[in-house]
Amino acid sequence: MTVARFWRKIPQRYNLIGTKCEVCGRTFFPGRAICPHCRRDGKMTEIQFSGKGKVLTYSVIYSSADQYAAMKPYVLAIVELEEGARLTTHLVCEPDEVYIGMPVHSVFRILDKEGDDGVIHYGTKFVPDG
Amino acid sequence: MKEVAVIGAGITKFGERWHSSLRELCTEAGTAALDDANISGSEIDALFVGSMSAGRFIGQEHVGALVADYVGLGGDLHTPATRIEAACASGGLAFRQAVATVASGMSDVVIAAGVEKMTDVGDATDVLAGAADREWESFAGATFPGLYAMIACDYMHKYGLTREELAQVAVKNHYHGARNPYAHFQNEITLSTVMNSTLVASPLRLFDCSPVSDGAAAVVVCSMERAKEFTDTPIKVLASAQAGDTIALHDRPDFSTMGATVAAGNKAFLQAKLERKDIDFVEVHDCFTIAELCAIEDLGFVKKGTAGKFTADGETMIGGKLPVNTSGGLKACGHPVGATGIKQVWEVVQQLRGEAGRRQVDGAETGMTQNVGGTGATVVTHIFGRA
Amino acid sequence: MVGIITYGAYIPRFRITVEEIARVWGANAAEISGGLGVLEKAVPDYDENTATFAVEAARAALRRREVNREEIKAVYVGSESHPYAVKPTAVTVGEAICATPSMTAADYEFACKAGTAAIQTSMGLVASGMMKYAVAIGADTAQGAPGDALEYTAAAGGAAYVIGCDDPIAEINDTCSFTTDTPDFWRREGEDYPKHGGRFSGEPGYFKHVETAARMMLEKRGTRPSDYTYAVFHQPNAKFPQKAAKALGFTQEQIKTGLLVPRLGNTYSGAVPLGLAAVLDVAKPGDRIFVTSYGSGAGSDSFDITVTDAILDKIDRSRAPSVEQMLAKKKYLDYAVYARHKGKIKV
Repeated sequence: MTVARFWRKIPQRYNLIGTKCEVCGRTFFPGRAICPHCRRDGKMTEIQFSGKGKVLTYSVIYSSADQYAAMKPYVLAIVELEEGARLTTHLVCEPDEVYIGMPVHSVFRILDKEGDDGVIHYGTKFVPDG
Repeated sequence: MKEVAVIGAGITKFGERWHSSLRELCTEAGTAALDDANISGSEIDALFVGSMSAGRFIGQEHVGALVADYVGLGGDLHTPATRIEAACASGGLAFRQAVATVASGMSDVVIAAGVEKMTDVGDATDVLAGAADREWESFAGATFPGLYAMIACDYMHKYGLTREELAQVAVKNHYHGARNPYAHFQNEITLSTVMNSTLVASPLRLFDCSPVSDGAAAVVVCSMERAKEFTDTPIKVLASAQAGDTIALHDRPDFSTMGATVAAGNKAFLQAKLERKDIDFVEVHDCFTIAELCAIEDLGFVKKGTAGKFTADGETMIGGKLPVNTSGGLKACGHPVGATGIKQVWEVVQQLRGEAGRRQVDGAETGMTQNVGGTGATVVTHIFGRA
Repeated sequence: MVGIITYGAYIPRFRITVEEIARVWGANAAEISGGLGVLEKAVPDYDENTATFAVEAARAALRRREVNREEIKAVYVGSESHPYAVKPTAVTVGEAICATPSMTAADYEFACKAGTAAIQTSMGLVASGMMKYAVAIGADTAQGAPGDALEYTAAAGGAAYVIGCDDPIAEINDTCSFTTDTPDFWRREGEDYPKHGGRFSGEPGYFKHVETAARMMLEKRGTRPSDYTYAVFHQPNAKFPQKAAKALGFTQEQIKTGLLVPRLGNTYSGAVPLGLAAVLDVAKPGDRIFVTSYGSGAGSDSFDITVTDAILDKIDRSRAPSVEQMLAKKKYLDYAVYARHKGKIKV
């Protein structure tokens, strides 16, 4: 990911900032300009998610794209945040720990590095509670 | 709108085509399609080429023009050529564009081709991950097998699908592929082959996944009124439908239901004025075994949660109630991404003409295709009948 | 008075034992463990580094006590393993705690005392009235060359302190430093691992600076070691701080709460900040804490701290895990997996 492409979403990636439609109450991560349900009748405002959520589904990745090879095997999951929005995340835990419904919370981690001399991308991942 | 028919179909052998470049694959399939349609290139009004990512697989954009040039339509004839992209649904969508162009009366005879040259790149996983949301799925470490694995995880949790039932999809598709001389894999496998293969993204194993293949396919689309000029066995396009969904899997209300398949399936049946029971066989997008189960459910052939048992009972094999993926599917026939949607049409043409040889579905009169882009953000369906 | 408004710590969950490292290098584990007084050390996850430790520690501090992020006007991160040679770790922390953009930030390096240097800078800024809050962090993903003596102790972790003047949970009564140019340990630009002067880092390095700074502090404050409930000294191993404490007149009882090195290893810039955090985890109003850091190169910062009533009612320590809890939550790695974690195996 190029420098600008990553940089422009740093607040969202570091601090789980998305949007909430004030009309229907749905929340979105990443944030959207238009509510997909209310469309132009919706009213989007910024929201910072608490970082608490639960695992809806998951997979243990044994074969990855090259830039994540050092992490293999790792757990990939879809997490539903307590505010309702859902996201795809790397779940930091042992492959045999994860289960559907597992309560998780956000942590600050390295997402990837642009080689040995490029930019380091930081952002949000999730870990099991407790 | 005009009625539309397929009057010719050609395909290359799918697989690791180390000796062939993208343009050579396209030329091979295109020539075969024109030969099959018994038509001259000078009669072609337009060319649509489905290619997911020539830009990243071989660093080549502008593949519409490239392909037209090398199949002999570019230089002298100046035939218009357009590249169509909707990830893994690029081929199906290229076909739909050809159908729309002919149906509208804008053109009479159009080629729809699909191609992908995948083995010239080192990290195909990363290229394919571009079919998902690059910034919010792939960048989080999602691979394509990983996303479908999360569908499988959700499905197994909800419906109690067994690992064996899932594996049976691959066993069946290899059985079909073994009867298709163009298939990437023409070997039969057993349940234990799948069950003991290496984990790619749990619960999916290597034999749950379609391979990285090279290949091309092309069909000639023509208005029904002119079809008889070229062939005695035109295949009629009874329905052409397309539907969309959220780009990211995580934004879907139910991971085990592909909403775009439901929508595109319903639209197609309405257009064709047919019932599910009228379909004799179907080519669906089994990029992973779980996808085939979801597809036949979401198209309405079987109830949600029952496709595993339906498959394990042998009902999706040739001779079963609903033969699925007689070509071998993406799993055994191979999945040169942009070519897959056209290959599905090619297979339907073989079946409806009664030319499918050892994999022929007896008395096949009506067939259907379902081609998926990404994890279901684009779905293209077509229904075909003998004219 | 200037003091600690809140604090937070972070220790990664992985450990490797001295015995396992010794096994790989054919060394005598019992002798090394006995000599250093270190049994195991904390190891970062694949996707952790000094910046992620600093962020997690700062967030833990802010979970314990909410402060208006707009009133945080400075973030200083002390470390000798900043992820970039050029590009501050502190801005990543500032962004991740929503304190940007109206703030200043900088990275500090002074071997193992960069964290306490950050605290001193922050004290000056808030005490002078230039700002309400400043965040000072000491964190490291400590480096030690494979097979070198440092590898047995070079650990990972950090702690963060929000420094301010309104209702501190602990008042920092005073600070002083003792600094000389003493090359006992260094890492040249572009080198992966530090070098050291072997036994030279002891007497002319650690002991001279720690003991001099500590004596300066006691003299300045007119206090005796027995006036303190707790004492925290820099702890490159367990022997050095115990020897220095004894020479100064502090007891085992006073230093044991903040002596984490046997179970944590040496977290370099994180060492004294983490030791102090462990003390604050259990401290009561009125407790007096004596702190002396050490950074090779060389210098020591001494602090005289008094815990206030605010530790009971202005902060909820239970909202973030204690140092003890983080030390207890651990997963052991063998050397091969440890080497992967430390990026010593190129993928």
